[in-house]
Amino acid sequence: MTSGLWERVLEGVWVTVQLLVLSALLATAVSFVVGVARTHRLWIVRFLAGFYTEVFRGTSALVMIFWVFFVLPPAFGWQLVPLWAGTLALGLTYGAYGSEIVRGALAAVDPAQREGGIALSFTPWQRMKLILLPQAVPEMIPPFSNLLIELLKGTALVSVMGMGDLAFSANLVRLALQESAEIYTYILLIYFAIAFLLTRLMRGLEKKLKAGVGKAPARKADVELKRPETTNVGGAV
Amino acid sequence: MEWDWSAVSDFMPHFWDGLLVTLQILVLGSLISFALGLVWALLMRVPTRWVTWPVGAVTEFVRNTPLLVQLFFLFYVLPEWGVTFSALTTGVFAIGLHYSTYTMQVYRAGIEAVPVGQWEAATALNLPLRRTWTAVILPQAVRRVVPALGNYVISMLKDTPLLMAITVLEMLGEARLFSQQNFQFTEPLTVIGFAFIVISYLASLALRALERRLVH
Repeated sequence: MTSGLWERVLEGVWVTVQLLVLSALLATAVSFVVGVARTHRLWIVRFLAGFYTEVFRGTSALVMIFWVFFVLPPAFGWQLVPLWAGTLALGLTYGAYGSEIVRGALAAVDPAQREGGIALSFTPWQRMKLILLPQAVPEMIPPFSNLLIELLKGTALVSVMGMGDLAFSANLVRLALQESAEIYTYILLIYFAIAFLLTRLMRGLEKKLKAGVGKAPARKADVELKRPETTNVGGAV
Repeated sequence: MEWDWSAVSDFMPHFWDGLLVTLQILVLGSLISFALGLVWALLMRVPTRWVTWPVGAVTEFVRNTPLLVQLFFLFYVLPEWGVTFSALTTGVFAIGLHYSTYTMQVYRAGIEAVPVGQWEAATALNLPLRRTWTAVILPQAVRRVVPALGNYVISMLKDTPLLMAITVLEMLGEARLFSQQNFQFTEPLTVIGFAFIVISYLASLALRALERRLVH
């Protein structure tokens, strides 16, 4: 491969990274807004948030991308720059998945914590901000980490719309060289490297957040102690 | 925004064709992923690192890279190596392989959740290894993981449109073809978007019913 072709690939990496960061930000915002809305005391707010989740989780991300690129412009009379159209479609879809994570983590906080907040006559907003979220957020990090990898894989979909991301650059190089094994192997390795980096980053973030609420990561000895399951047959082990 | 019902009725015959292909991909892809996932999960339990290490590395790699690029890889690279399949076969295999790396984790959790006493009982009864797996461990493990496998079938449904990129005419492929021929994008895309929501919603209801039956 010539250096000119490598430049194309690097441009592709840059577009993929941009798209990943922007749509991850949008997805995080959507997941928190929708996830918190699903615990609201008014049924209509809960219903609307649940409806949003069902619709955006129910449809395919690629169909959503097509919809944003082809149906939005004639319907509303404005057309988005491809990068923003991709961000919108991916952020809304993956935000719907994320909202389930937020809802699950909020529901998993010990009920006594919420009751404690009520007893101290915190407003619902104070309870959410000062009690529930600080404890729920560290628990959300591992599933969010998985979702981020899914989002990274999802960014490849925009190449179908002709956006010059990493997967698209592979296609350009394939056409230039008339040979595909090499370039596709490189592209897969680059995706894998980005995914690996992201998992490491998220693991560090989790450790930091857990330390912030006094939950040190489980020591190895504790895990080992818990593991052997006894059957209570033939005396205690 | 104008909505043209006649475009919808023109599109419907293509829609049914596409739906049929989508369901074909879904059924065959699921079968491949269930079978292959079990193979990976069992290989990961072979007590030598010469097997677990390569299997672990390959499945980790497949799980963390985009299905779309894997589809292109198989679609363009296999013919270079002299192996030619139809686009549909390649797509079904790719999607089955991709999801097998997820179902493998599901099986692993299911196998680990079988109580240790079951293993001990199998040893006490002097069952050969093969019988231990087929008659004791797997029946219990698989029953436990059916709901989780079902969730992956639903995710797979939402990944079937990717096969459009390698020229398979499933629902999205049909919609795109129809749009380009008639310059009507809104109706076909909305119809299939709606179809995806309906199918995955019905599938999740069915799955919940199945889960209840398995629990009781």
